[in-house]
Amino acid sequence: MSETAIRVENIGKLYRLGTSEQHSTLRDSLVHTLGAPQRAWKRLSGPKPAPKSEGWLWALRNISFEVKRGELVGVIGRNGAGKSTLLKVLSRITTPTEGFADITGRVGSLLEVGTGFHPELSGRENIFLNGAILGMHKAEIARKFDEIVAFSEIEQFLDTPIKHYSSGMYMRLAFSVAAHLETEILIVDEVLAVGDAEFQKKCLGKMEDVSRGGRTVLFVSHSMPAIQRLCKRGILLSKGRVEFDGPVSAVVDRYLSVHALSGSYIATADPSIPSITSADADWDEEEEEIRVRVAFESPFAFTPKLGVVLFDVVGVPLFGTNPKIDLPNVEPPVMSKGIIELRILTDQLRADTYNISLWLGDHYHDYSVVENAISVQVNGGIRDPNQPGRAQIGCAKLQVRWRYETGVATNSDSIASV
Amino acid sequence: MLESMSTPASQGESRRVTRIQPHRGLRVLDFPSLWEYRELLYFFCWRDIKVRYKQTALGAAWALLQPFLTMLIFSVIFGHFAKMPSDGVPYPVFAYCGLLPWQLFAFALSETSNSLVGNSHLITKVYFPRLLVPIAGLLAGLVDFTIAFVLLVGMMAYYRLPIRSTVLVVPFLLLFAIVSSLGVGLWLSALSVKYRDVRHVLPFLTQFWLYATPVAYPSSLIPHKWRFLMGINPMSGVVEGFRWALLGTEQADLRLMALSVLSVLILLAGGLVYFDRMETTFADLV
Repeated sequence: MSETAIRVENIGKLYRLGTSEQHSTLRDSLVHTLGAPQRAWKRLSGPKPAPKSEGWLWALRNISFEVKRGELVGVIGRNGAGKSTLLKVLSRITTPTEGFADITGRVGSLLEVGTGFHPELSGRENIFLNGAILGMHKAEIARKFDEIVAFSEIEQFLDTPIKHYSSGMYMRLAFSVAAHLETEILIVDEVLAVGDAEFQKKCLGKMEDVSRGGRTVLFVSHSMPAIQRLCKRGILLSKGRVEFDGPVSAVVDRYLSVHALSGSYIATADPSIPSITSADADWDEEEEEIRVRVAFESPFAFTPKLGVVLFDVVGVPLFGTNPKIDLPNVEPPVMSKGIIELRILTDQLRADTYNISLWLGDHYHDYSVVENAISVQVNGGIRDPNQPGRAQIGCAKLQVRWRYETGVATNSDSIASV
Repeated sequence: MLESMSTPASQGESRRVTRIQPHRGLRVLDFPSLWEYRELLYFFCWRDIKVRYKQTALGAAWALLQPFLTMLIFSVIFGHFAKMPSDGVPYPVFAYCGLLPWQLFAFALSETSNSLVGNSHLITKVYFPRLLVPIAGLLAGLVDFTIAFVLLVGMMAYYRLPIRSTVLVVPFLLLFAIVSSLGVGLWLSALSVKYRDVRHVLPFLTQFWLYATPVAYPSSLIPHKWRFLMGINPMSGVVEGFRWALLGTEQADLRLMALSVLSVLILLAGGLVYFDRMETTFADLV
């Protein structure tokens, strides 16, 4: 039982920031090639030159941990903490810059569902294709085929090309294949945040089955409830390092206390287009409102329009706004640099952690989109002294009116109660 | 509790330890892992073949029409107007016989060089030996070739050309054509991850290469002192070899063939090494 499934030793991953290198031209390439022998010599004659200059970022640094066989570990952290990079390294999609990891057993990684789905192929064909891409053997897929189809609830469209599927059907099929991936080690990234609520519940259930099967699972999610439900141990990443590793409840508490209360986001401005340079959000207890402040910079003057979407921790959008929706006749001033503040009244929002995605554009263009940029903790329900720890249902706290009618014996549609 | 888990087949294989670490040194080919992923290769091939002629009115007939129409054009322009010599066989068969391996090569080249960028959505999300993608593209091209080959047999019957025992050499020539396109394609696909210029260069390269290869004309037209240059081009050996094996034209110069083989092997080895080096950074760059 104490066999090690995943052993990570001092893993580090260095990224180069910016996009200047990516789509270089052939001319650059030729120049680059001329310098190749010299660089090759440098590379061979010593360890990687540790670039200290700006423009480099350690997405992961000195990451070490061990996961025993059969353990379920939740990886949490804010955006940019390195969660996805860690999963990519462990799934062998990208190589680490330093350190190593030993993985014992077959690994299945679900960084996305529906990877490799081809729109022209039918549902049936895509089950096989997607299954193979996820690492299943042909015989294995054939064996589980009926189960996958039943789980997805799309039997009647099995021979229809999936380009005709609705997005819901597509996600259902995609998740069904993924859910039947039975490797000993499973690496899962936030894939539960798909489909409708009903299907999500089913997927969470399936994940629990998976966990009972004695398999090793590394699970990344922003959903604290999902993590707490599935995992016993948690690893909190922060700025590419392991900040805390321990029982899941302690890790979640720490995450919420340190990270979620006033989320902030900082980025380097893209010099060519308007971009969001920083953002933060906090909850004002007095006013019962969320304050979102977004700073932006632009190489030219424009009419900045900020879009804000509030998500619950599972990733379901709850509310979104932008000046076009709220104040269609009021034009924001023309600016090239500044701060936009938005206040959202939360008197109808339950206490919870909410993630906020940001969009910056003008009439015609989308300039900058930052998904799950910041998160904010709303404590609305907790300060009610009369009802400590009352149960919450859903995310909204809508205004309601009750009415009781006694002695009116009508049909079954009566609303009488107690 | 562990025993109760329903793990697939080979337990022994699954207990293996995979070490993930920074990439160092030269490694040309990782055959074991390619073998391990053979089923995925099959599925990639299957996908490429299935999808190719979806939503086309003529479907797989395109595999016939492409070389056939090119052959017609060549026959009219080079055969009829320019009176191009054709080593004693009727010009249409001569041209078609050269076009078959050429089209296989050109198709495989475009498939392989686009394979990484075209499958970037997979490469950034799932691990598999990246080499599978270009290889699958190559194999899919063989299906087109086979369809088009049937027409060649028909044409040979029409012109009453006998089937020779040398036809047995054809598979080897095919293999050589495929390996050549892989050698060049690997370079291009790995380059295209970083430099999208490749996409724009490829059509020119293919066109230029077509005229540098004795497809529309016989190699006997080339003066002796330039033959050496032809030898470097592996496709000239393949095309000439095809005509020799199927139509009984003059045997290609074996020294030139040897030179072709050498140039392909060098290209391929370099391509594999470069591809392997790039493999580790694909996901970061694509």
